[in-house]
Amino acid sequence: MSGDRAALGQAEALRVEGLWKSFGSLQVLRGVDLTLAEHEVVAMIGASGSGKSTLLRCINLLEEIDAGRVVIEGEEITARGVDVDRIRRRIGIVFQAFNLFPHMSVLANVTLAPRQVLRLGRAEAEASAVALLERFGLADKKDEFPDRLSGGQQQRAAIVRALAMKPDILLLDEITSALDPELVAEVLDLIRELAGEGMTMLLATHEMGFARDVADRICFLDQGVILEQGPPEVILSSPSEPRTRQFLDRIIRAGRL
Amino acid sequence: MPGRSRLGLGGSGTQAIVIAAVSTVVVFGVLGYIVVTSPGWASVQRSFFNERIFWESLPRIVPGFWVNIQLFLIAEVLILGVGLFLAVMRSLPGPVFFPVRLLATAYVDLFRALPGVLIIFMLGFGAPALQIPGVPSDRFFWAVVALTLLYSAYVSEVYRAGIESVHPSQDMAARSLGLSRWKSLRFVVVPQAVRRVIPPLLNDFIGLQKDTVLISFIGVVEIFRASQIRQAATFNFTPYLITALVFLMVTIPLARLVDRLVAREARRRAAGGLR
Repeated sequence: MSGDRAALGQAEALRVEGLWKSFGSLQVLRGVDLTLAEHEVVAMIGASGSGKSTLLRCINLLEEIDAGRVVIEGEEITARGVDVDRIRRRIGIVFQAFNLFPHMSVLANVTLAPRQVLRLGRAEAEASAVALLERFGLADKKDEFPDRLSGGQQQRAAIVRALAMKPDILLLDEITSALDPELVAEVLDLIRELAGEGMTMLLATHEMGFARDVADRICFLDQGVILEQGPPEVILSSPSEPRTRQFLDRIIRAGRL
Repeated sequence: MPGRSRLGLGGSGTQAIVIAAVSTVVVFGVLGYIVVTSPGWASVQRSFFNERIFWESLPRIVPGFWVNIQLFLIAEVLILGVGLFLAVMRSLPGPVFFPVRLLATAYVDLFRALPGVLIIFMLGFGAPALQIPGVPSDRFFWAVVALTLLYSAYVSEVYRAGIESVHPSQDMAARSLGLSRWKSLRFVVVPQAVRRVIPPLLNDFIGLQKDTVLISFIGVVEIFRASQIRQAATFNFTPYLITALVFLMVTIPLARLVDRLVAREARRRAAGGLR
């Protein structure tokens, strides 16, 4: 199935070239190269601090990069004078801590950007928001405030909020790490569904089983570079790099693979 | 535990109330005794607590409070707007906005450093004396300007604390959806900030309410000036007592309201309702 999907789109969705990023003296990314085809799902694994989250934020231009290029569908977004707000509309990101707006209802969370950024009318924005919420089982929560929702519902609402902008690419930053174990499945099922529809996604995750299941390709990040990448069955079962094997051994010992 | 005090005073509830009542009566009784038996009490009573002058002066003083209320209400609306504007100016990030931040910071420093009465004097007497055509010479107008300048400096700091208390991840989420810096502030950061600072803002307004008497320094007749006039006419200080009572009646309920809002906010945070 994953092979079919990759074959569907040969067009390039995202290209990262020689990306460097440091915070003060700490070098987090040290020359990352990565390409995603349209409809491809790529999972990044690696220890905490290996640079997964930072890479996602650099792609969304939420972090300024030190060197390198990010190209979305042929347009270099890291070039000078590019309108950052226009680029961000096309790239959705979902965060580990949901980051829903606590002072707004779920519906207002979802319609804020379509109304303020895409300039949709209220009726139009709400109609498509309700349709999305219905699809992901949140229709009855549309008037609730985020603090009345379970963690899984909050994260699904955050995903809907990102989808409401009809992004070309979805970035997922460890979206199940803050959830109670019994709530993880409902969020992962949603992502699986999106993958089945051909959404291009780049995700950072600690859920190895999920990565194997949903991803066309897995990248192992180590000390700010992509050390190894390939099909899930290769990377997770017979990695060629000793450091990848070490990492996976630790994951297995922790009972997470 | 049975018999445990719900007030958290320890011991049984009734016991705590009895102890509190007895100690209150003793403390205030001793204080009252010291005052009433002091050598000068008779003359103080005559000049501060004269019942006849109290009732005679009441209708001549209390209407002056209407001026204070007007001044307070107009200035409050302006202060809320100017203060928020200053706070947003100071919160704009990046090197491009450095001059804006510098200006706002200089403003806040300047007006927090000056005594309010000086600002009122300078504007109330100085600005009309310039005789610039089109600039009003009305003292009340300049009192509004002076109080707005003074209090926006304080209020902007309250707002700014609120803006900084909103976690950066909120702004990040808004920006990631394509909202501009300005729209993120307007729809996501500032609404959350304002909600959090309502109690401290009300505190500042208790101060503003009292400072409305400063307008008397530039010759506007309001409640304090009215009592001064009565005091001069009667050679008695009782009129000031009236002013004090009026302010107590307005300010204490407001203070209690602030306390309740603070407590409610604390409960909400403890429940994890608002991050």
